Amino acid sequence: MSADAKAETITINVDGVDREVPKGANLIDAIEQLGEEIPHYCYHPKLSVVGNCRMCLVELGMPMRDRATGEPVLDDDGVQKIGWMPKPGIACSTTVAPGMHIKTKSQVVKDCRNGVMEFLLLNHPLDCPICDQAGECRLQEFATDYGRGYSRYTEAKNVKPKRTRIGPRIMLDDERCILCSRCIRFSKEIANDDVLGFIDRGSYSTLTTYPGKQLENNYSLNTVDICPVGALTSTDFRFKMRVWFLKAVPSICTESSVGANTEVWSREGKIYRITPRRNDAVNDTWMTDSGRALYKQVEADNRLRAYQVDGKASSFDAAIAAAIAQMKQGKTAVVASARASLEEQFLLSQMVEATAAVRVDMVSHYGDGDHLLLSEDRTPNLRGALLTGLINDLPDARLDGLGKAIDAGEVDTLFVVHEDLAAAGLTDAQIAKVKVIYAGIEENSSSANAKVSFPLLTVFEKEGSFVNQNFRVQKFHNAIPAPRGVVYDLHLLETLRAHMVGESPTRPTVPAVWELMAQKITCLHGLDFRGLGDLGVGVDAGRFASLPFVESKNLKHDPEKRSKLGVEAGATA
Amino acid sequence: MAKTKVLERKPLSLAERTYLPQIASGLKTTLGNMLKPNVTLQYPEERPVIPENYRGVPTLVRDPEGREKCVSCQLCEFVCPPKAIRITPGEISEGSDTEHVEKAPEEFEINMLRCIYCGLCQEVCPEEAIFLQDIFSVSGYSREEMINKKDKLYELGGTLPDRHRKWDKKKAAEINGPAHH
Repeated sequence: MSADAKAETITINVDGVDREVPKGANLIDAIEQLGEEIPHYCYHPKLSVVGNCRMCLVELGMPMRDRATGEPVLDDDGVQKIGWMPKPGIACSTTVAPGMHIKTKSQVVKDCRNGVMEFLLLNHPLDCPICDQAGECRLQEFATDYGRGYSRYTEAKNVKPKRTRIGPRIMLDDERCILCSRCIRFSKEIANDDVLGFIDRGSYSTLTTYPGKQLENNYSLNTVDICPVGALTSTDFRFKMRVWFLKAVPSICTESSVGANTEVWSREGKIYRITPRRNDAVNDTWMTDSGRALYKQVEADNRLRAYQVDGKASSFDAAIAAAIAQMKQGKTAVVASARASLEEQFLLSQMVEATAAVRVDMVSHYGDGDHLLLSEDRTPNLRGALLTGLINDLPDARLDGLGKAIDAGEVDTLFVVHEDLAAAGLTDAQIAKVKVIYAGIEENSSSANAKVSFPLLTVFEKEGSFVNQNFRVQKFHNAIPAPRGVVYDLHLLETLRAHMVGESPTRPTVPAVWELMAQKITCLHGLDFRGLGDLGVGVDAGRFASLPFVESKNLKHDPEKRSKLGVEAGATA
Repeated sequence: MAKTKVLERKPLSLAERTYLPQIASGLKTTLGNMLKPNVTLQYPEERPVIPENYRGVPTLVRDPEGREKCVSCQLCEFVCPPKAIRITPGEISEGSDTEHVEKAPEEFEINMLRCIYCGLCQEVCPEEAIFLQDIFSVSGYSREEMINKKDKLYELGGTLPDRHRKWDKKKAAEINGPAHH
């Protein structure tokens, strides 16, 4: 929503009080912005309105006017009469209108909700103790508000299949389904994969997939998120942990340059799931299935967990000393990474200055985009490397330039962040010719040949920010503690830089690095880490706006007006 | 200086001066106790009678068919004030007799060094699977010994009658009820 639309408000009367709401808003959304809630199941702000759950019934009325003359009809006190509709109407298919009166707490409305709840609970199984949705279940919540606490239904409950696999990552429990059709609408409207539908009638109604097909698109797990009950469950998270034990920390998906906003759910340092977080400028309320699986890198078998010198585990100080000794021999080249955070890239650029590096290279990681929330650039922070001045042009997939420089004997030491040198096109002979200092999350060909290896942290174990495809700076927070004995990436880079110039190293915090960055980087002037907020801030791409980035049009990105969008989003954030 | 008041002490009577009434009343108490029944409990050879609803060591119980009742909903873990309970939930595999229950604890630990015998776990359990029964004395040589694992908890708990038979009814409905076609 732009700043202009926000200014345009109209007045409606909610339960006898005049309130300002945005013009043209859906009634449920408008009430939500006032900090109240109209209970609903089938309505979802990002999906079409079907109005089939009937939970959002409210009393609606408009100020009365004489049909013939158009004059307001007044009551005895001279106040305009309200023409209440004879029956309650659903809020989800109502758009707010000036002067509209609604009652959300009247006896009629309460009776409606009680009635709807009683029908929904008729055949609902008493599964809460074994249901993954318990704790974040709308049916459970509204049952405590509007349920009667016991059932008047004496017949046997309907029995339906409880373990239907409708996709590789989705399990369906038919008994729990309340037929809200959110998942069907999502598959059709957002994922463009219309495989779900209801068959049969009445109490036999069942959610099912088209014969011979499965719900297997890369967005299928969003149906689990939007399911208001526990009918659709993720096979990955199923029965793993109750949600009330989990702590949700706002984070950013590192899968591609889209930078989907996420929440990381963990308990006692173990991540159990990742869910999308609403950001209308980035990912609405969705994210990819593949992005949700990224937490597995935390406990991956090939995770680099210890500091190593010449392939042997060593202490942090010994590794630093070995790296400094090597880099001081001169002719150091740096392979930077678009997977590092903005702050790390900034400190790396400072380190590049301190070591007087002969060259800085970067490797691109491009793949196929799906024109939705998976962009062609599979790194989260390529724009950050441009803003921090690590690179001035888009990187190539291969390090051919670096290879030639090594062949020509221009490089003695290679400081590599995250990248796999062999995969990036360096030959074994070239790698053997230089001493490699590797800093990364996982073991790869770089670490195998490295003189010194520094373990780095995953996005879940540190805080920082990424710059997404629209030059939107978004921050992520620390969800779980780092592996034992591993220092923060910023601390490592600062220690290396300080030792190169003979200073004593400090322990930089992210806000402190931001203070420096805001001074040195033009487009970050006036920003600080705290001021980024949960939704991020768009920054002016400046001279980089005209670079031929690989991203094609996707959900919130249009290459045609790339730079413009970034600025606009920044204005409202 | 505070004013002091001197009280007159009355002289002892003749009976008091002989001390005999006092000796007699003392002997009465002594003899009365000698003749009363013995109340000392020779613990540990003798064990006290544990009243109903006594809150002893928390245990897991099985239903009369010997099936696991706990479905690892982790409500006891949540409610436990000293955080003595630790559950690892697990799934009942398809094809098992109790597959319709879907969920059962893979591991269930109660740390008796932490437990305060408050009984909230018993109160909160929706499946009536955890009970504080009549065991009141626990001891061990190591900390590990004081953590009751799932096997131990079932061994201590035994079997209790089941009034509801919720899952049997559920299975019966699946087989006979108005089954979905």
